[in-house]
Amino acid sequence: MNGFTPGELWFVIIGLALGSFGLRFAFIGFMGGRPMPDWLMRHLRYTAVAIIPALVAPLVVWPSTTGGAPSLPHLAVAALTFVVGYLTRNVLWALLSGVSGFLLLFYLAA
Amino acid sequence: MAFTTTKSAFWKGMRDSAPFLLVSGPFGLLFGVLAGEAGLNVADALAFSLAVFAGSAQFTALQLLQENTPIMIVLISALAVNLRVAMYSASLTPYLGDAPLWQRACAAYLVVDQSYALSVVKFETEPEMTVPQRMAYFFGTNGLVAPGWMIATLTGALVGAQIPASWGLDFVLPLAFLAMIGPMLRTPAHLVACFTAIVVSLPAILMPYNLGLIVAGLAGMMAGAQAELWFERRLAVQAGTQQANKQETPS
Repeated sequence: MNGFTPGELWFVIIGLALGSFGLRFAFIGFMGGRPMPDWLMRHLRYTAVAIIPALVAPLVVWPSTTGGAPSLPHLAVAALTFVVGYLTRNVLWALLSGVSGFLLLFYLAA
Repeated sequence: MAFTTTKSAFWKGMRDSAPFLLVSGPFGLLFGVLAGEAGLNVADALAFSLAVFAGSAQFTALQLLQENTPIMIVLISALAVNLRVAMYSASLTPYLGDAPLWQRACAAYLVVDQSYALSVVKFETEPEMTVPQRMAYFFGTNGLVAPGWMIATLTGALVGAQIPASWGLDFVLPLAFLAMIGPMLRTPAHLVACFTAIVVSLPAILMPYNLGLIVAGLAGMMAGAQAELWFERRLAVQAGTQQANKQETPS
């Protein structure tokens, strides 16, 4: 089921550790108080809200648990999780409704 | 004395961060469980959390590793998800930049959503804080959250090893991400970025090596940045016409 070797896993862990630290240290460590260019900050503001949905959308439309076949119940649970998070502004409520929805899917399938 | 006040700043940070344990706890647990499902043993999963200490990047890497993605793409994608911490670092620099290098290096490792959000508000509202007090507060905000994340990962990994693959837990990961996205969408430009990325990501899965993720992410970022400019300009125009109207009717 897992398509990676221990070597690849450790390469990713070490690379991510160094890379994440580099991103965090970049400004506190080196930049001092120098301001960043506006256009760069403007794009950086949207990294998380763009990359995460781009990662999730295909996983929701073609869920791996159904072997990649589009499934209305999965789509509904995903929409519920997203909408609860958006309306309550609370990650925890969203995660709770997502997990409850998932349990429902689980019992429906069993 | 200075020592007692830095100490109290640390405890204050710790108390303020306590509610965030309710968020990082379940996510840490989930990461441990999914790591176990993906075939990582308990030590691997804990090492992952200890070394990287960035939830969304860890989830991204875990997902892509299971999709047989080339490892350079795994790295780039996970780091892209984590680009926001560079922004946090930039915005904390005016407050913490004068601390000794070793402290700044330790602080850098601990820049996460919770510690940043709490600290930046505290530093803005209490400008009289000294640099050591700020540093103590910042470390305090991680006093519970960081150990909590590690313990939750460990617990999740121990439990996850017992869960059969037939449960289809794979689908919990997109749900965890979806739960994170909703509260992040605070402005119209955020929504534009999010929905552009979604629309591009679906046809983009046809691209080789999971490059579609990066293309869709970049498309979303550019759309968000452009939308921000557009909304700003529209606001400026509205403010301008309102002012003009007032001047025309001096009642």
